[in-house]
Amino acid sequence: MFYRETGQFKQSYAADQAVFPILQDRFGLAFILLIAFVAVPLFGNEFLLASVMVPFLILSLGAIGLNILVGYTGLLSLGSAAFMGVGAYSAYKLSTIFPGVNILVWILCSGFFAAGIGVLFGLPSLRIKGFYLAVATLAAQFFLQWCFVRISWLYNDNPSGAIEVPARKLFGLAITGPSATPVTRYLVVLVIVVVMTLLASNIVHGRIGRTWMAVRDMDIAAQLMGIRLLPAKLLAFAVSSFYCGVSGALMVFLWLGAAEPSAFDIKLSFLLLFMVIIGGLGSMIGSFFGAALIHILPIVIRMLPEALGLPIAAATVEHLTYLIVGALIIFFLIVEPHGLARLWQIAKQKLRVWPFPY
Amino acid sequence: MNAPETLLAVDGVSLSFGGVKAITDVSFDIRKGEIRAIIGPNGAGKTSMLNVVNGFYHPQHGRITYKGKTRPRMRPYQAASQGIARTFQNVALFRGMSTLDNIMVGRTLKMHRGLLWQMLRYGPAMREEIEHRRVVEDIIDFLQIEAIRKTPVGKLPYGLQKRVELGRALAMEPELLLLDEPMAGMNIEEKEDMCRYILDLNKHFGTTIALIEHDMGVVMDLSDRVVVLEYGHKIADGTPEVVKADPKVIEAYLGVGH
Repeated sequence: MFYRETGQFKQSYAADQAVFPILQDRFGLAFILLIAFVAVPLFGNEFLLASVMVPFLILSLGAIGLNILVGYTGLLSLGSAAFMGVGAYSAYKLSTIFPGVNILVWILCSGFFAAGIGVLFGLPSLRIKGFYLAVATLAAQFFLQWCFVRISWLYNDNPSGAIEVPARKLFGLAITGPSATPVTRYLVVLVIVVVMTLLASNIVHGRIGRTWMAVRDMDIAAQLMGIRLLPAKLLAFAVSSFYCGVSGALMVFLWLGAAEPSAFDIKLSFLLLFMVIIGGLGSMIGSFFGAALIHILPIVIRMLPEALGLPIAAATVEHLTYLIVGALIIFFLIVEPHGLARLWQIAKQKLRVWPFPY
Repeated sequence: MNAPETLLAVDGVSLSFGGVKAITDVSFDIRKGEIRAIIGPNGAGKTSMLNVVNGFYHPQHGRITYKGKTRPRMRPYQAASQGIARTFQNVALFRGMSTLDNIMVGRTLKMHRGLLWQMLRYGPAMREEIEHRRVVEDIIDFLQIEAIRKTPVGKLPYGLQKRVELGRALAMEPELLLLDEPMAGMNIEEKEDMCRYILDLNKHFGTTIALIEHDMGVVMDLSDRVVVLEYGHKIADGTPEVVKADPKVIEAYLGVGH
């Protein structure tokens, strides 16, 4: 009833080619942005901002990066955490070598380093596909992580082997380092994630996105349409790694504050891959759903017993959380193998025809 | 009337995979603006021949001259950029994408705005997108697939998938269109529709068409000239009437002792 596109006649191809052609979707998006930009910073407490929303947004950005590669171009990668690491370490190096330049510039620039490394490790993708490519990207994961441990230049010979975020300001307001408030950090992350999500969404809706999906669905036919496979795949690696790199830099600078090489180990790669698969391959909103399921859901489950007044020991709650999240992942995959994004689409379709079944 | 121009000439092409000889010393030509059929029993090397023409296979011997230029080795994307389009025997659509997007992919070579404009999806990038959408809509109109514009092609029935695939090839505005069994598995009405599209294309847009087909009625009605392959050898070449009467062809199709 509320989600009807009846009567919304498109008068131009521009209106029909829009990323959000349906009016209600545009309202929905505006509403979500309003909540994210106004309500959350106004009414959210420190815990919500610093431990729930900031990590959620950063992981979503990483998931979008991986989704471009796995979901849109069909190239399976297990090296996303390493590319995040490249972003984090290059942002760290740049910000310590050139302390005068604004930190946000370096965070965004770090994406280019990640993109370069991503392209290098993407070169085998012309010859190998599927699981074999995943194994090849695993090499990137191990090699880059080895670099983060062994090359002391990368962490400025810090005896702890970790990178620590210097305090930096923007317009006199601390945005990184211990003195930055959660609200500031949240807003900075939110702006970057929203802008980059919109840009990614534009790319996948245009010629380049279609090229990637053509390569994913039928590479032989794609070649016949005049698509050159290697440039198309390398561009996907570059854009994907750029997103992962920025996400990694944000992770260290605006979430963790300091990081050891183990922060970028294979577990993070798998976590991102789970988010992408559970959220929905080839879907922008799916990346957010996936990140929410993997990051926010366990927090909610952990808080439930206390909120309901159930006397359960903290350790038990922790175990239960793992059990429930694991079970839910399997449940969602059985119910809808195409991910939460497809469930979302089905729900919208049901709303469209409600109260009739079809 | 002066002699029609030759668009594509295949000269003494041989292709083998290890010890298996797919094509042996086959020569024929395709003239500009004609409908050329390639027929033959199963395994005669017809599809291999198309794969040679658009650069998937590289023949061991022989030359291929396209638009007056003899090419050494051609990659599929180069063939595409020179105006050779192709449909497949078993539909090779991009299954995850809508009909519209599938046909839009056919416009890839004609779209030039780079990553930065694509990111903004504004100004020149959007104008380009709309300009090509207009062309694609004309094709959708021509093939009468307006109703399935937004449907993912994986969900379409087979006959429509074939039509979308033809649309995708047309979006490239090809000079030479290779159709690999465009009517396989279709019912009589769908076949008639497809024939009409092929004839319209040929008559109105002057597209040169090379077609592989098993339905002899269709082949004899549509084509200007027919080349017959058997076990990788050319056994006949000429107008449908000539080919139909050729004893070698009858032998190949019906066996000896008819």
